Amino acid sequence: MRFWEKVMKLDRRWIFLLIGLAVLIPFLKPLKLPLTITKPAKDVFDAVENIPPEGPPLLIATDYAPSTAPELDPMLYALLRQCFTSKRRVILLALYPQGAGMAQAGLDFILPEFPEAKSGVDYVFLGYQPGIQAIVMYIGEDVRLAFPTDAYGIPLDSLPMMKNIRNYDDIALIIDLAGSSIPITWVTYAVARYGELMAVGVTAVSAAQYYPYLDSGQFVGMLGGLKGAAEYEKLIKQKGYTKAREIATIGMDAQSIAHLVILFLIIIGNIAFFASKSHKKKGGPIGS
Amino acid sequence: MRRQIPLLLTFLTGVAIIIAFFIPHRPFNEVQDILIDWAIIITGFALLLGVHSLLRKHITHIQRKDSGWGFSLILTFFFIGVFVAGIISAFQYKGYSLTPGSSLYFVYDYMVIPLSATMFALLAFFIASAAYRAFRARRLNATLLLVAAVIVMLGRVPIAENAFFKFLTRFSDWFMFIPQMAAKRGIWIGIALGAFAMSLRIILGIERTYLQ
Repeated sequence: MRFWEKVMKLDRRWIFLLIGLAVLIPFLKPLKLPLTITKPAKDVFDAVENIPPEGPPLLIATDYAPSTAPELDPMLYALLRQCFTSKRRVILLALYPQGAGMAQAGLDFILPEFPEAKSGVDYVFLGYQPGIQAIVMYIGEDVRLAFPTDAYGIPLDSLPMMKNIRNYDDIALIIDLAGSSIPITWVTYAVARYGELMAVGVTAVSAAQYYPYLDSGQFVGMLGGLKGAAEYEKLIKQKGYTKAREIATIGMDAQSIAHLVILFLIIIGNIAFFASKSHKKKGGPIGS
Repeated sequence: MRRQIPLLLTFLTGVAIIIAFFIPHRPFNEVQDILIDWAIIITGFALLLGVHSLLRKHITHIQRKDSGWGFSLILTFFFIGVFVAGIISAFQYKGYSLTPGSSLYFVYDYMVIPLSATMFALLAFFIASAAYRAFRARRLNATLLLVAAVIVMLGRVPIAENAFFKFLTRFSDWFMFIPQMAAKRGIWIGIALGAFAMSLRIILGIERTYLQ
């Protein structure tokens, strides 16, 4: 088999090995590649910073599943760290069935860093309710209609933090962390109908579809994929909110090198393709 | 009558929700609240219907010993297992089955999360392999797509802090905010118009396929 033919028909296991190494090596030896903070990420940070401490809460919707957790979990951790450190109150809920597990896992990961943070006082976890549009509309009337109790079965009226919170008027900002199209439901009802402020944290693959909402101002900001999460980690670190390990930033090294490897493979694949084509045109044997 | 009553219900429900959207005051918001209540109940039953459909399909596979029936067996076994874990946890922890320490939480933390993450992580390998084989500059369209993808990919992950990568980052941002967004807006407007037209057809009883 001639050279270009061999390159064209490269066994995919070599490609898998290259990608495996590209992901693994930066984890073992972090490269600390440069990271520029983009405006959409800074806007999310500023929107949270504008919430007065111990004032109206930030509502975080964890509408994602474990499959997208590597990108979205770091955003949840960073937001919780920012809020708990600065005494901003948080409401967590899920409109996606597996999202409740992600919120619970996120709380379990972050709460040991903040032993003083108390459920019902500093944060409220509402759990999951089916009926996405219905729940978003219900919160516009009264959050108790959708969630009569918190996830642990405690009536909302008996939670100190929920005493003066009825609907979107009493919630400062919504941040939807989503691996699905649920942000569109939030923007349709919570933003368009009730005039609520909203930001999103989404996977890199779905970020493209949300740019129109960002440009129109319906989203005050956006965290896109692992890069968005890494930018947010950098922002809260710069502000002095945390010294915790920056998992998205470490992941960015791996992602950057993996991107480079994929680009390298695309270039090699194209060179092989055109070399073979040129030999074919000249009538010569392929790949010689 | 079997057709007229559902059509009338659809019309009244649709009109009530539209009015409540624009006039969120009594009595329209109260009607809306009742309809939302019903929607939540129906959604719950729809989930049950989904579970029934899934299990029936896989149990039939197992009974007939169709090809791949072993996978159906595994799915059914774990479905029942997780369901039982959920019920036990709900009883044990007074309704909240995902309480840390519960058996459902254990299943979620040590099985669902790693398995889902593994499945998604495999994409990186297959995308790389597919990109190598399929991303070829065969025609003008393919070449434009290739160039755009290379610029955006590099712009998203700046390897070094120099003028070249700064330019790439800026160009990538411009690309996402202008041409990409223009195309996306066109798609969204098309979808919205289509959804609007279809909703009107359903409310007015022109579109009746959902009755079949």
